Amino acid sequence: MSDTVAITLNINGEDHRVSVEARRTLADTIREDCGKTGTHIGCEHGVCGSCTVIIDGEPMRSCLMFAVQADGRKIRTVEGLAKGDELHPLQRAFIDNHGLQCGFCTPGFLMLATAVLEKEPDIADGDLLDALSSNLCRCTGYQNIIKAVRQAAIEMRGPRK
Amino acid sequence: MTDHFAGAKTYPVPPTTEERTILGKRAVRLEDPPLVTGRGRYAGDINFPRQLHMRMVRSSLAHGVIKSIDVAEALKLPGVVAIWTNDDINELGPVDFRADRGAEILKPYRQPVLAKGRVRYVGDPIAAVFAEDPYVAEDAAELVEVEIDELPVVVDSWATPGEFEPGRSTEGALLKHSFGDIEAAFKKAHVIVELDLFTGRHSGVPMETRGALGYYDSAKDILELHGAAKVPHRNRETLVKMLGRAPKGLHVHESHVGGGFGIRGELYPEDVLVLVAAMRLGRPIKWIEDRREHLMCANQGREQRHKVRIAADKDGKLLGIDDEIFHDQGAYVRTHGANVANRTMCMMTGGYDIPAYRAVCHYRLTNKTPCATYRAPGRYESTFVRERLMDALADKMGIDRIELRRRNLIGKSQMPYLIEFEEQGVEELLYDSGDYELLLDKGLKAFRWDERKVEIAARRAKGEAVGLGIAIFVEESGRGPSDGAKMSVDATGDMELITGGASLGQGFETSMAQIAAEALGVDYQRITVVHGQTDRIAQGIGAHAARATVLTGGAVNETALKLRAKALEFGSELLQLPVGDLDIVNGVIVKKGAPAGGPSLSLADLAKKLTPGAKLLNGRDPHLAVEAWFNTDHTVFPYGIHFAQVRVDKQTGQTVCESFLIAYDIGRAVNPMLVEGQLVGGAVQGLGGALFEEFAYSETGEPLAVTMVDYLLPTLGEVPKIDVLITEDAPSPMNPLGIKGAGEGGINGVGGAIASAIDDAIGKPGAVVQLPVTPQRMKALLA
Amino acid sequence: MKPAAFVYHAPRTLEAALALLAEVAPQDGRILAGGQSLVPAMAFRLARPTHLVDINGVAGLDRLVLDGGVLSVGALVRHAAFHKADAKFGALGALLADVVHNIAHYPIRTRGTMCGSLAHADPASEWCLTAVTLGAEMVAHSAKGARRIAAADYFQGIMQTALEPDELLAEVRLPLLPEGAKHGFYEFNRRAGDFAIGMALVTYQVKGGKIAEARVGIGGIEGAPRRIAEAEAALNGQAPGKAAFEAAGQATAAVVDPIEDAQTPAAYRRDLAATVVTRALERAAI
Repeated sequence: MSDTVAITLNINGEDHRVSVEARRTLADTIREDCGKTGTHIGCEHGVCGSCTVIIDGEPMRSCLMFAVQADGRKIRTVEGLAKGDELHPLQRAFIDNHGLQCGFCTPGFLMLATAVLEKEPDIADGDLLDALSSNLCRCTGYQNIIKAVRQAAIEMRGPRK
Repeated sequence: MTDHFAGAKTYPVPPTTEERTILGKRAVRLEDPPLVTGRGRYAGDINFPRQLHMRMVRSSLAHGVIKSIDVAEALKLPGVVAIWTNDDINELGPVDFRADRGAEILKPYRQPVLAKGRVRYVGDPIAAVFAEDPYVAEDAAELVEVEIDELPVVVDSWATPGEFEPGRSTEGALLKHSFGDIEAAFKKAHVIVELDLFTGRHSGVPMETRGALGYYDSAKDILELHGAAKVPHRNRETLVKMLGRAPKGLHVHESHVGGGFGIRGELYPEDVLVLVAAMRLGRPIKWIEDRREHLMCANQGREQRHKVRIAADKDGKLLGIDDEIFHDQGAYVRTHGANVANRTMCMMTGGYDIPAYRAVCHYRLTNKTPCATYRAPGRYESTFVRERLMDALADKMGIDRIELRRRNLIGKSQMPYLIEFEEQGVEELLYDSGDYELLLDKGLKAFRWDERKVEIAARRAKGEAVGLGIAIFVEESGRGPSDGAKMSVDATGDMELITGGASLGQGFETSMAQIAAEALGVDYQRITVVHGQTDRIAQGIGAHAARATVLTGGAVNETALKLRAKALEFGSELLQLPVGDLDIVNGVIVKKGAPAGGPSLSLADLAKKLTPGAKLLNGRDPHLAVEAWFNTDHTVFPYGIHFAQVRVDKQTGQTVCESFLIAYDIGRAVNPMLVEGQLVGGAVQGLGGALFEEFAYSETGEPLAVTMVDYLLPTLGEVPKIDVLITEDAPSPMNPLGIKGAGEGGINGVGGAIASAIDDAIGKPGAVVQLPVTPQRMKALLA
Repeated sequence: MKPAAFVYHAPRTLEAALALLAEVAPQDGRILAGGQSLVPAMAFRLARPTHLVDINGVAGLDRLVLDGGVLSVGALVRHAAFHKADAKFGALGALLADVVHNIAHYPIRTRGTMCGSLAHADPASEWCLTAVTLGAEMVAHSAKGARRIAAADYFQGIMQTALEPDELLAEVRLPLLPEGAKHGFYEFNRRAGDFAIGMALVTYQVKGGKIAEARVGIGGIEGAPRRIAEAEAALNGQAPGKAAFEAAGQATAAVVDPIEDAQTPAAYRRDLAATVVTRALERAAI
C-alpha cells in the first residue's frame, strides 16, 4: 500500500480523523473509514448519483473526489438529515409518496434535493426537474420522487409572507 | 366453473377493499424509515473483522484457449494473500441449474466457477485475487498475466452455429411448443403476414451492483453467505450440493437489496467462490462487484430473433401463429436452464383465442455475456412479437387495430381457458379468470383513445409525427407449489412473521404485514416481517416470477388465520363466550358488537398467559405461535394493456414517449400504492428497453456498453407521466385473497406498445422490427 | 474501479503549482481541477497519472471578472457559476447560462470547471464549442512563462490541444458579445445531461434587416469543434428566416468530416449537423 495522508473530515458536524491513501475516493472514505454507509456507491464514475453528498453547501458526487481533497471541509450525508427522531421534510415526503422502493438511490436523491432546495427555495419547477435528472433510480420510474420533492419543497419554503 | 378446474381447489370471490380494514389499503411502507435515514444494510455495508477482499481477473477476449496464467508478480504485492485459478478449485463443479430447471441436455453448457481451459465471453472469470484491501486487490488483478489463443467467435444467434467445445455445437437445444394443426391453418388462411423481428439485449441493471460475503463460523461449523437475494432457499439447496455440505452447515442471509428485477440474487460464480475461500483461507471474504463488471458479467436478457408468420380468415379471426426463434443465451447456460426460451414460447399467444400454434426455438450459445431472466422474461419479447403481428395484420386487412384485437380476445365466458401443448413435459396454461374486453373498453376510455386520435390529427396537419400504440398481454404469477410461514405474538403484543419470501424493494414486508394484520385483526405496523434467512425457516420460494405476493401471501394468510383461531379458542375459554361471538380488533379480543369497556383480552395478555406449564394450556402447545402452509398447483394469470403516445423527431430520429397508460387487472390489490409503484417502475424499465438500453457487441464479441455513459438507463428527463388504471374485475379463484402478481405487468407490453405508436407516428405500419428504436435506427427507417 | 496509486500535491500558489507541474509532467503528472472527467477515467484505469497536482487550493484561480471587453474565467471557476445569467456580462451571460444547463448534471456542474473542460477537449464539450465559436483566448502558464493561444489554434483533434504537458490552462478569455447580438444553442443527445451527439452554437447581429457577423460553430460532429465559414457565408447578408437558416444547415452538412462510432455512422452525424445548426439559428431568432 502506498503512503497515507492524515486528514480530518467533518461529517454532519463531527470530525473524523483518518489516514488515507491519496487515491482513496471520498465515497469509500465516508463509508469505510468513517462508517457512514448511508452514502451508497452505484457506479464509481459519476453517472448514477447514489453517492451524492453535500460539501460546503453544494451537492457533489463523492465518487469523483479524493478524500484528501475534502480535508477540513464540511460534509453532510443522509445520516445527518433527521434531527434526532424528527425526520427531515424530504424524508417524510419520500415515505408519504412512496418515493422509494429498494432505497439504494434514496440517500443520493435526498442529499441532492436538500442542497438544491436549501440553495434555491423558490426554484422553478423546470429547474428542479433538471436538477433531479442528475440521479438515477431503477425502481420507481421517478414519478413518486418528483411528487415527494415537490411536496417537501412547499413545506421547506414555509408559510408565505 | 367448467371442468378445467376439476381437482383444483378454488375459492369464492373475496371481499372488496371497502369491506376490509387494512388489506387493499394504501398503507405506508414498513421498510422506509431505515432506508431514508441511511440505516439500510446492503451487501456493501456488511463487514466482518479480518475480512479479505476478492477481485476477479476477467477475460478481455470473447473466445479463446487459455495458454498460461502467471500470478507470480501479483502475489508479490504486499497485502495479497492468495490468487486462485481453476486449478485451485478443480474439484468444484459448474454452477448448477436450480433444482427444477435441469434440462439434462444443457448441462455441458454450465459455467465453471473459474474458466476451465477456455474463455467464452469478455468478462469470463479466470482468476480470483484475495487481498487485504480492495484497492490492492485491483492492483494485483491487473498484474496477473493471462495468455490466450483466440478462437473464432459467434456473436449472432442466427449465424451458423460454432463449436462450444470440441465436438459440441453452440446450438444447445432445439425446443418446441405447439398445438393444433398449423399446416392446415396456413393452408386455409385468407391472409398471411410474415415478420422478421428482433428484441435487443438489455437487462435489469439494479442501482446496487452484486455483492457477496462468505463467512465461516468454525465454532458451529456453519458457512454463511451474506448479500444474497431473490431465492435464498433455492440457492442454498444448490450450494449445499455443489460444496458437498450438509444443509444444516450452510446458511444464506438476505440483507437490504438494491433492486433485483430477476437478475440479482441468482447464483453466480462469485457467490460460490467467497464461500469456498472463506473456509479455505480461514478469513471472511467480501466481494463487491464494480459497475463495469456488472455491465459485462451479470445476467442479461431479451435478445431474440423471431421469423414469424400469422394466419387469419377473411374476417380477421386468427387461425395460427408459426414462429422460428433464435434465442441468444450468451456464453453459458446459467441457473435458469432454458426457462426464458420456454416462457417466450408458452406465452406467445397471449390473450387471443388461436386454434393452432407452433414455435421452434434454436437455443444457442454465443460469445457474449450469459443471459437469464429479467423482469417479465420471455413475455416482453413474446408480447412485442405478437402485438407486432396484430398491427401488421390489421394494416394488411384494412381493419382497425383495436377492432382486430377485439375480434380475437378470449371471451369472459371462455374462462377458465386451457392451453395444452402437444410436447411432452410442457406445462399447460390454465388462464384462471379474466374479462379482457372489459379491460380494453376501460383502458381505451381512460386513455381517451378516440379523443387523442382527433388531437393527433390536428398536430399531424401541422407537420408533427405523433402516434398512438397499444399492446395487450397476459401475465403469469404465483406459480406453485407451496410456501409456509410462522407467526408469533410476544408479551408486549408485537408480532414476528417469518417467511421464506424475499424482498428486493417491492414492499414485501408491508404487503405481508397487511395480509397478516387483516386476517388476525391487528395493527400491521406492529408486525416484523422476516425474509430471506434460511436459518429461520426451512423452506422458502423467494421472490421471482411475481410469486411473492401470491404464494407467500397465501401462506401468510393461512398462518394468520390459524393464529387467530388459536387466540379465539383461548379467548373463548378465558372470556367465557363462544368463539362465534368474538372478534379481534386492533390486537384485542372483544365481543362482537359490544360497546367499549365490554369484556376483552389483548393478544399481549393472552401471550403472557400461554407460557409453558400454564394450566390453561391443558395439553395444547404453549405460546401464541403457529406455522401454516399454502399449497397450490396453479399459476394465476393477471392481464393488462399498455397504451402509448409518442412523438418522433424526423430530423434527429429521436422518439419521445409523451404519455403512457397501464391498464391492469390485479384480481385484488394488497396495497394499491405498491402496485402502482411496481407498474410505473416496470414501465420505465420497459421504456429503457424499447428506446434506450442496449448491450451492443462488436464483431469480435467486445461489449460496447460497459459504462453508464454507454448503457442508457432512462433519467427522469426521458420519462413521461405514466398513468395507471388498476381494476379488480377478475379476482383469482385459485387463492383465498383473489390476488395476482404485479411485478411484471408494468414492463410486459412496453416494447409492443411503443413500436405500435411509432409506426402510427411515422405512418409506416410494420416499420419497427427491432428494439430498441434508437435515433440512428429511426433515421434508417425514415430514409 | 479503484484508481491506481499516484502522488498527491496540493500547492497553494500558482508559482508552486507550475514548478511542481514542470517537475512531474515528464512522468505523466497532471493537473487535478474539478476532476469530473479525469477521476472517472482514473476509476476505469484508462488514465493513470503518477502525480496529481491539485490546484483547488491555489489562490486567485477562482477569478471571474470583466477585463475590458473580455470575460476572464479562472481555472477554478465551476460550471455552476454560469447557472444564472449575470447582467454584467450582457448577452454573453445569457449565452453562457443557456449553454451551461446542457453540461452533464447539477452536481457535476458544482465541481467541474470551464478551464478543465477546455483542457480535456472532449469533442462533445459544450465549453469547447463556446470557446471556438466566440473566438476565445486560452492563457497557458508554465514555469517558463505564460502564452495566449487563440481557440482556432488551440483545439487539434479528439482530446488534443495545443497545451504542452507542463502547461496549466490558468484562464480563458471570452470576448463579450456586441450589443444586440443574438445567440442560439441547440444540442442533441439521447438523454438529459449526456454528451452531445451533435450541437451548434450561433451568434449574429441584424443590421438593416439582414444578418451580419454570423458565427456558426459545431461540436460533437467532428473530432474538435470548429466554426463553419460556409454556413456563416450563407447567412451574412440574408434576411433571418427559414430559408437562410436551412441553407446554413445544408452548407454545414456539405463540408463536415464527421466522426463515427459503433452506434452512429458518419452519415447520421452529417445529417444531424444540418439539423442542429438550423435549430440553433431558429432559437437565436426567437
